[in-house]
Amino acid sequence: MSFLIDSSIMITSQILFFGFGWLFFMRQLFKDYEVRQYVVQVIFSVTFAFSCTMFELIIFEILGVLNSSSRYFHWKMNLCVILLILVFLVPFYIGYFIVSNIRLLHKQRLLFSCLLWLTFMYFFWKLGDPFPILSPKHGILSIEQLISRVGVIGVTLMALLSGFGAVNCPYTYMSYFLRNVTDTDILALERRLLQTIDMIISKKKRMAMTRRTMFQKGEVHNKPSGFWGMIKSVTASAPGSENLTLIQQEVDALEELSRQLFLETVDLYASKERIEYSKTFKGKYFNFLGYFFSIYCVWKIFMATINIVFDRVGKTDPVTRGIEITVNYLGIQFDVKFWSQHISFILVGIIIVTSIRGLLITLTKFFYAISSSKSSNVIVLLLAQIMGMYFVSSVLLIRMSMPLEYRTIITEVLGELQFNFYHRWFDVIFLVSALSSILFLYLAHKQAPEKHMTP
Amino acid sequence: MASLDRVKVLVLGDSGVGKSSLVHLLCQNQVLGNPFWTVGCSVDVRVHDYKEGTPEEKTYYIELWDVGGSVGSASSVKSTRAVFYNSINGIILVHDLTNKKSSQNLYRWSLEALNRDLVLTGVLVTNGDYDREQFADNQIPLLVIGTKLDQIHETKRQEVLTRTSFIAEDFNAEEINLDCTNTRYLAAGSSNAVKLSRFFDKVIEKRYFIRDNNQIPGFPDRKRFGGGTLKSLHYD
Repeated sequence: MSFLIDSSIMITSQILFFGFGWLFFMRQLFKDYEVRQYVVQVIFSVTFAFSCTMFELIIFEILGVLNSSSRYFHWKMNLCVILLILVFLVPFYIGYFIVSNIRLLHKQRLLFSCLLWLTFMYFFWKLGDPFPILSPKHGILSIEQLISRVGVIGVTLMALLSGFGAVNCPYTYMSYFLRNVTDTDILALERRLLQTIDMIISKKKRMAMTRRTMFQKGEVHNKPSGFWGMIKSVTASAPGSENLTLIQQEVDALEELSRQLFLETVDLYASKERIEYSKTFKGKYFNFLGYFFSIYCVWKIFMATINIVFDRVGKTDPVTRGIEITVNYLGIQFDVKFWSQHISFILVGIIIVTSIRGLLITLTKFFYAISSSKSSNVIVLLLAQIMGMYFVSSVLLIRMSMPLEYRTIITEVLGELQFNFYHRWFDVIFLVSALSSILFLYLAHKQAPEKHMTP
Repeated sequence: MASLDRVKVLVLGDSGVGKSSLVHLLCQNQVLGNPFWTVGCSVDVRVHDYKEGTPEEKTYYIELWDVGGSVGSASSVKSTRAVFYNSINGIILVHDLTNKKSSQNLYRWSLEALNRDLVLTGVLVTNGDYDREQFADNQIPLLVIGTKLDQIHETKRQEVLTRTSFIAEDFNAEEINLDCTNTRYLAAGSSNAVKLSRFFDKVIEKRYFIRDNNQIPGFPDRKRFGGGTLKSLHYD
């Protein structure tokens, strides 16, 4: 009986998450596009719903809500469904939509998408070889095989994102790094941009006039087509068309220049806005936070290096450690069991919420930057895949932040994975990502003011 | 040859609707082989015969400024784009017939371009919401072009065309629906080519010939009517 009640609670929450994913898709991601293939929207919302359910189960685990056996059942079921989606459904549809975009292969779409999926599976399987993630006693098609590979990809993604985020966050918040931009700088650059466009226009006017006179005289300017056309154009080309190609080359160079000037002007406007924002109250608050985050970032890099160099993986989680410190060193006595449950709930809750929010915001920004009306379906599915893998590996890593008694369920459900390996891998990739972000931001920051100082 | 007079026409629309293909078709009478994202602004020039076939025929350069980007861009991108909206004489609004959102975004595009110019001529501007009155007063000729007509199935064509004619009415503009990968839609003598020609003629008229009648845009109405009635008295 209680199993039925528990299941109905789980199903209602899943429907809620599904609805949230649907709304997010419609309002945020696909703001400027028309949804023509509803499959994409359904897949995205389903992936989101099942990922969030996993986090919900962790919270239930800590709070002791629901029957423990029904929790275990739902864990297993959820995991199976998510793996099915991430390994079979989403990659297949990604292949299908890629193939639909290519006109040549339109007729045999299904065949080619199956081929693409098989290629994906091959590389996915090969991914597991160089990593010591499994004990050899598992069969081929077990859950552990799939989870371990999904975990590797997801952990790499998480570490890359958090490495970059840890460095970028203080860089954007702190006003120390803001370049000084005056209105005259912007005006000067705009003038250059308009001058370049004027030059392009005058050259295009010449080209248009030349084409018109050639057309009126009866010479038609054909682009050399085919092999013989090119050979012919070498020997016998009208003087008009030679002129045109010369001017066209000049125009191409000028157009490239105008694009660069445009992008630089956008940069200057963005810097100016940031300067104005930093003078407001909110801006000052974020500036202050930025100092905190930079210290946190340095500390994390330091800890990651120590973990790797001294080959240690933290055995106790922050909650138990914090409680130990307060009890042993500060001498404050309190009900350990009660407080550890509530504190770990809050801590894990914060981690979950911030990582979901952070990921959705990053995905949205990424989507706006690279999608076009043709590729929007493929990109959304890719993002759904990334999101699913990210959330699965979050569950893997969150195990470390929970006290021992709550870890058991994750260990039971996910099977015998080498959890230590994942933490080590996370540290390595985090370090690499953070250091390369520092290098990248340093170069970008250095290069920018030099461009504007040249007249 | 660069001594011909010129007019500046903006080509606006969401990214991916086919503005670059359209501009290439209009200026070079050829289909664009490899369309790529427009960063910033790309300009092309069309040589147009004003009042073709009449004794007052005169040749003009029409500069088509194809501005790239989307309506929801960051404000730094919008501020940079605003530099292209100076002294425009006409606007071509391009939308994708297969994507309803691109048609809806046309209102925001036109407000972005018109707000910039109206401010310069001293006319009051509403706070950014669509207002039909604003378009009724608008002195700058508009043209609405729908692209990717070939991708609309025959059966749906009628309802799509009714929808787009409402949009064109809202802007008080003519409309053309075509496929940028096919030159036959703008073949000489077709109704589309005639509409295009009329639009360019209107742009040139507003720029060069209204001035001769003492009607400078931006002056208060009183002065304009005064100038008009004086003239009609004169010819009486």
